[in-house]
Amino acid sequence: MPELSPTELRARLAEVMPMALVEPEPLAVTPPPSHGPQPGLFQPADPVIKPEHLIEAALFVRDTLGYAYLSDIAVVDYLYAGCFELVYRFYHPAGGSSIVLRVRVPRDHPVLPSLTPHWPAANFHEREAFDLFGIEFTGHPYLRRIYMWDEFEGFPMRKDFPRQGDKYLGGDEG
Amino acid sequence: MLQTQELQINIGPQHPSTHGVFRMLVTVDGETVVDLKPVFGYLHRNHEQLAEANTYLQNMPYTDRLDYFNSMANNHAYAMAVERLTGIEVPERAEYIRVLMVELTRILNHASAVGFMINDMGAWQTPLAFGMREREKILDLFEMASGARLMCNYFRFGGVARDLPPEFIPNLRELLRALPAYIDELERLLRDNEILLQRAIGIGILPPEVALSYGVSGPVLRGSGIPYDVRKAEPYSVYDRFDFDIPVGKVGDVYDRFLVRIEEMRQSKRIIEQVLEQLPDAKGGHINPKARQNVRPPVGDAYARIESPKGELGFYLVSDGSTKPYRYKVRAPSFINLTPLADMCRGYKVADIVVILGSIDIVMGEVDR
Repeated sequence: MPELSPTELRARLAEVMPMALVEPEPLAVTPPPSHGPQPGLFQPADPVIKPEHLIEAALFVRDTLGYAYLSDIAVVDYLYAGCFELVYRFYHPAGGSSIVLRVRVPRDHPVLPSLTPHWPAANFHEREAFDLFGIEFTGHPYLRRIYMWDEFEGFPMRKDFPRQGDKYLGGDEG
Repeated sequence: MLQTQELQINIGPQHPSTHGVFRMLVTVDGETVVDLKPVFGYLHRNHEQLAEANTYLQNMPYTDRLDYFNSMANNHAYAMAVERLTGIEVPERAEYIRVLMVELTRILNHASAVGFMINDMGAWQTPLAFGMREREKILDLFEMASGARLMCNYFRFGGVARDLPPEFIPNLRELLRALPAYIDELERLLRDNEILLQRAIGIGILPPEVALSYGVSGPVLRGSGIPYDVRKAEPYSVYDRFDFDIPVGKVGDVYDRFLVRIEEMRQSKRIIEQVLEQLPDAKGGHINPKARQNVRPPVGDAYARIESPKGELGFYLVSDGSTKPYRYKVRAPSFINLTPLADMCRGYKVADIVVILGSIDIVMGEVDR
């Protein structure tokens, strides 16, 4: 079964597209303390890709490395680090563990190219990310809310979305 | 020349054959489907955000409600994700009990999925009752072990909630004796019926390369001829100790997906028999006594996936070092398996839509989350 560790994947990507890789900074998962060092810092081992090189990197993973099964796109809102991280997870049809590409977009301008025209498996994952996190995928053929209704305002999975008392729940009783 | 025009019709959300509240906007030219747009969200409850407000253990009963046919499988995937995050070890006996429960779930799910699919073909209710018959006996077993029939909430971090009661194994052996005849009977229901065959063969074809590019998993992917099963591709728990085959289809139509499900039930029975052989020698108890349930994992992330009866079920967890998950994401197989629905229905008749949908086997609790 094919196996590729995060460091090996990083090395393969650095050979072909050194421009696409970002030196990842650790992400804060807890609010900054009033004094002392930041306690919760998350530092994943997987390669982090620049948003504009995502398509190139994903197609390299599929066509050259043979990881042709796009399993999952998970979005995590790192409110304290000021970015969204998208976790793309690929598998090889012959088996083995996953390889992961991470893409970070700023919270105030969450835009990245859509994978759907090249790889239809991304379709519902991207619509879900758009609906719940408000991430815009340029070039998506049908980017509409998938769970919430079209007129809904706000993005419910963002960490700063009010947990109580938004306009749909009707004041404080909600 | 008769003037015709395309017509848009709406199927669902309240429709007996949409397996819950699922809506499809179908564009038809006469009887032929030109386009189909699925509309979701009628059962959306933002499960993932609810989970961020709960502690890790409090989420266990919530996972039951995702795919409410397979609560044991959902428990398994979630427990595995938390165990990876925290590094809790699972004793051998607990792993065997887990496999036993998930394979029973697979038989239960496929029996009812086949029943529902034949129901969608117009064989109203009788085949469904066949499908549900053995399901009841499996639910009785679940009740013995966990105390609940549907929402089992049986798994814990590091094992399962309680050991198997003494009457469980004799009842299971009795069930296993009756199972082969039952599966044959269920298979003959469709295979020997000319009318049903005409509605299944050559309908809803999903070619293998298309199936792979859409990221579908489970019996839908294997029905298209790709032998991808997480139990073999990335063995978890104790699946590497069992001898079983992965059935695949030839063309990827409704009939192939049906045959794959029937054969998977036989393979699950094989696995259960091997579990019963190996269970008495397994080390450890039903749970790791050192495993704390009120976990506080270190900062980091973990992904765990299992071959749930409907496909690849995965949980992605990010911990911020507190007792509640910072991010909890479900990779729901029913949801992703709906991605190629429009392609599968295009060119077929309106009446085939519900059959194709039935052959994908979805549960809205998991699709809408």
